[in-house]
Amino acid sequence: MYDGSKILAGLIVFLALVTFPFWNNFGAKEWKQPELKLPPKEVATQCIESKEYMREQHMKILDDWRDQVVREGKRIYIAKRDHKEYQMSLQNTCMKCHDDKEKFCDKCHTTASVSPYCWDCHIAPKAKGN
Amino acid sequence: MQKTRRTFLKYAGVSVLGLAAMPAVKAAASYVPHQVHEKPDPRELHAKRWAMVIDTRRLNSDEDMKPLIDACHKEHNVPKIDGPQEVKWLWTDTMHAVFPEQSGEFQHAELEHKNFLLLCNHCYNPPCVRVCPTKATFKLQNGITMMDMHRCIGCRFCMAACPYGARSFNFKNPRPFLDEAAQNPEYPTRMRGVVEKCTFCSERLEKGQKPACVEASKGALLFGDLADPNSEVRKALKENYSIVRKPGLGTQPSVYYII
Repeated sequence: MYDGSKILAGLIVFLALVTFPFWNNFGAKEWKQPELKLPPKEVATQCIESKEYMREQHMKILDDWRDQVVREGKRIYIAKRDHKEYQMSLQNTCMKCHDDKEKFCDKCHTTASVSPYCWDCHIAPKAKGN
Repeated sequence: MQKTRRTFLKYAGVSVLGLAAMPAVKAAASYVPHQVHEKPDPRELHAKRWAMVIDTRRLNSDEDMKPLIDACHKEHNVPKIDGPQEVKWLWTDTMHAVFPEQSGEFQHAELEHKNFLLLCNHCYNPPCVRVCPTKATFKLQNGITMMDMHRCIGCRFCMAACPYGARSFNFKNPRPFLDEAAQNPEYPTRMRGVVEKCTFCSERLEKGQKPACVEASKGALLFGDLADPNSEVRKALKENYSIVRKPGLGTQPSVYYII
């Protein structure tokens, strides 16, 4: 093999670079799901839908809500769980109970490294620590 | 399959049976969990074509109009920016700027130097809606020309299309130009790079309230359904001489001015 040593050295460098993310993270802390702090009982006892549904579907719900409210003129949401009625509003419904954006929204979004642009326009309420 | 009288009668019989079972099927379907999870607010005010009549005889000085503008801008978190980058939903201008086609060389002295209240005309035939490439601005069923801020990409075609200058562009983040204490926490602000304008207080109408400026005007602004001959606005238009802005363009504004 011509220039065998150079080729081998190059291959080793290449493999080292390609596998860098793996050995760099070796022994790093295990990923932990951020702990969700629910509003106290006197503020609210239940969300509009079940916890699991909200965790998986809240982005879809908010996306549906904005179209329904702005474009279709429908402002009331009828819960799938118990048919209770709610105003479809991020600012005026969600944030009435979950009034601390940093503890509620940002906590998971930062961990999951997603940055939704809701708050470029919508006003987050002053946190009361719920 | 061979078409015999026997098979025809069989199918006819089954069809008739199906039709007879319809009411039962419908009744059963109403017990199945519903699929619709959104509905309009029952307090909503309804109209086919919302319109405003501005009684300019009662709005003479800036002191008459300022409370209306303040009420609107406070309600909708409109920032206060001076100069060419200003953002406005409700504003005033002079006779020659507002009615350029209707002003002659010599005018009634009082009208000549008077300011008029201006807002989006919510045209029946809106040029802004025609040019919007993302359908961010569109017509609602009730005649309001609405803005969907989630969709606006800030191309400003609508601003070029609007002959009334009713649209403002957010050249910069509007938040620093809003007094934080005076913000309305119920309504969003806007972000840099979107176009905004008056929405005829669509969010208030859906809660059963009249627009903020109409409420603050003490009767100088009338609001109602242009499609209903018995509405407040149609009555006012029947009894008084009124004009609209730039009628020659064929946009058919829904904002009328009683002179």
